[in-house]
Formats: sequence, C-alpha cells, structure tokens
Amino acid sequence: MLIKRFLPLFIFLGIFIAFMTGLFLNPRDIPSALINKPVPELSLPPLQGAGIGLDTADVTAPGTIIIVNFFASWCGPCRVEHPALDRLSKIPGVKLYGIAYKDRPANSLIFLKTYGNPYDKTAADLKGRNAINWGVTGTPETFFIKNGIIRYQHIGPLYEAQIDSDIRPMILKLQQEDPS
Amino acid sequence: MRLFFISLIYSAFCLNLYAIGVDNDQLKNPAQEAQAQAIMMQLRCLVCQNQSIVESDADLAHDLRVIVREKVKSGQTEKQILAFMTNRYGDWILLKPPFKAATALLWLGPLILLLIGGILVFRFVRKKPAGDAPSPLSAEEEQRILQILKEGRE
Repeated sequence: MLIKRFLPLFIFLGIFIAFMTGLFLNPRDIPSALINKPVPELSLPPLQGAGIGLDTADVTAPGTIIIVNFFASWCGPCRVEHPALDRLSKIPGVKLYGIAYKDRPANSLIFLKTYGNPYDKTAADLKGRNAINWGVTGTPETFFIKNGIIRYQHIGPLYEAQIDSDIRPMILKLQQEDPS
Repeated sequence: MRLFFISLIYSAFCLNLYAIGVDNDQLKNPAQEAQAQAIMMQLRCLVCQNQSIVESDADLAHDLRVIVREKVKSGQTEKQILAFMTNRYGDWILLKPPFKAATALLWLGPLILLLIGGILVFRFVRKKPAGDAPSPLSAEEEQRILQILKEGRE
C-alpha cells in the first residue's frame, strides 16, 4: 500500500534523474567508432619536399605505441595542446606522428618552428580526406595505436595535466599488455 | 492578379528548395544528385549538430558532401555509403538512429510512457468512489437544512 502511494514519486524521480543527467552530458563527446578497429589506410605527402610523409606501414609498426595527432596552424586549441604534445613525445617507447589537417604546409612549418616540433614524423592532409577516413571531426584529435589497432581516441586538446593523470598510465597499460 | 499574389506567397514557401545544395560540384545527372541529397539529408553534421550535412555550412559537412557525391557517382548504393559513414563516425552520424538493443529504450520509451499513462488514466476513470452511496439524511440534519434555507431567504 505504501509502495503504491509513493509509486508516482518514484516514477517522477526516475525521469527527473534521467533528464538531469542528459542535460549535463557534453554533446561534443562523440562516441568513437574506430576503437579496437584496425587503422584505416594512410598515405600522405610530407610537409616539405616530395615522397611519402606517413603511410600505413608507419602507423601499424608493431611493438611501439604510435600516437597520431591531427593539428593545424589555424587551430587555436592546437596551440594550447602543444606543451602537452611535448611531454607526450618524451614518454619512452612511443612514436608521435603529426598530420596537418587542411593546412598550408608553409604555415604548418612556421607553426612547428614557433612552438617547437614534438613529432617524430609529419605529413600533410591537404584536403582533409584522410581525416574523414579516420573519423576525425575536427582538430586537434589524437589516436593511440598499438600493433595497427586503434586503442584510444582523444577528441579535443590534450592538457599537460592530463598527460600524467590519464595518458601516461593508459600508455603504460597498453605497453604492458603483452610483451611482444 | 489575385492568382499572381497567391502564387507569390506559395513560392516564398518553396525557397528552402533552392537552399539545398549550394555546392558548385553538384552531380550533372539529376537522378544521381537527387539520390546524393537524399543520403545527405540523413547524415548529421558533426560540427553543427542537429543539422544535416545538407544544411550545414561547416567545412567538414562540405567535405562529407563531396564524398557522398563521389560515391553516388561511382555507383555505390545508399546502404554502402551509410555504412562507410557509420564505420568511421558511428551511429551518431545518422540523424535517425537505427533500432537495436542499445537504442530500444529510445525508440520504445515514449510508447512505454504512453502505455503507463494510459493504464493510470484508465484505472482512475474506472475507479468506483470509496464506500457505498451516501446514507440518507437524519431528521436532525433535515431540520438544520430547512433552517439554513430559511435564514438565507430573509
């Protein structure tokens, strides 16, 4: 009898909590579709000169953790992110690759000269076609790859504080998974 | 004259038709272009969320439109193109989410709520008033009513 009397209250509370949670979810947190999937094909020219800047072989190299960061000189948050990338590149056993997204190579180079170049290799995605192939919605966006499988996708800028609190432990975990 | 104004008013409502596909790279084959636009209408712009990529002016939306047109031109089916998009961006890119276990509550939720509400209303309407019919007035009460009525009249 008591339960029956309070039933409407419980239903109300249930809906209320569901709606309140929904209200505070960030619509920019787009669920990643490529987690635990093989890296999409990649073949991009370098920022400078001819030939190949980055290709599938680079990002599927076994053994190391490969981090692919999409950036652009015109992208504000990428400047914010830059110190974090510096720290990221110093973690042992990782390779950090940068792909300039819809950016003039000359501008990308100036950007890297001004803020420093944390990348082991860079490439230019002039038309952003490769980014779409990777499910990128905007810069900056960072992929963490092991043995050719995308393991984690970070949307938006990485912050320095996050490197120690989240990213480094995540990389360590990936590294310890199977000593290959 | 009147007909002219009526048609003018009606044509104002057609303006949104022209707003679709401002791209210069529309497909030459009208049937293919129509098919491409039908597909684009189903795809969410990931920058200006809740707009389809047809309506959005964002760079990414434009790039996605280019891809859809290319794929339609090369003869891919709607299913193939939507699969290409969901493989990269997940179901999120579809403005109409597919029905599956994870979205069952989303699709059936309103129906369930309607059902619960319906049952509650039905039970409320059918509920008999508590107790039996009111007992007849006692002689004392009759007396009192008569008195009140009499007072009211004066």
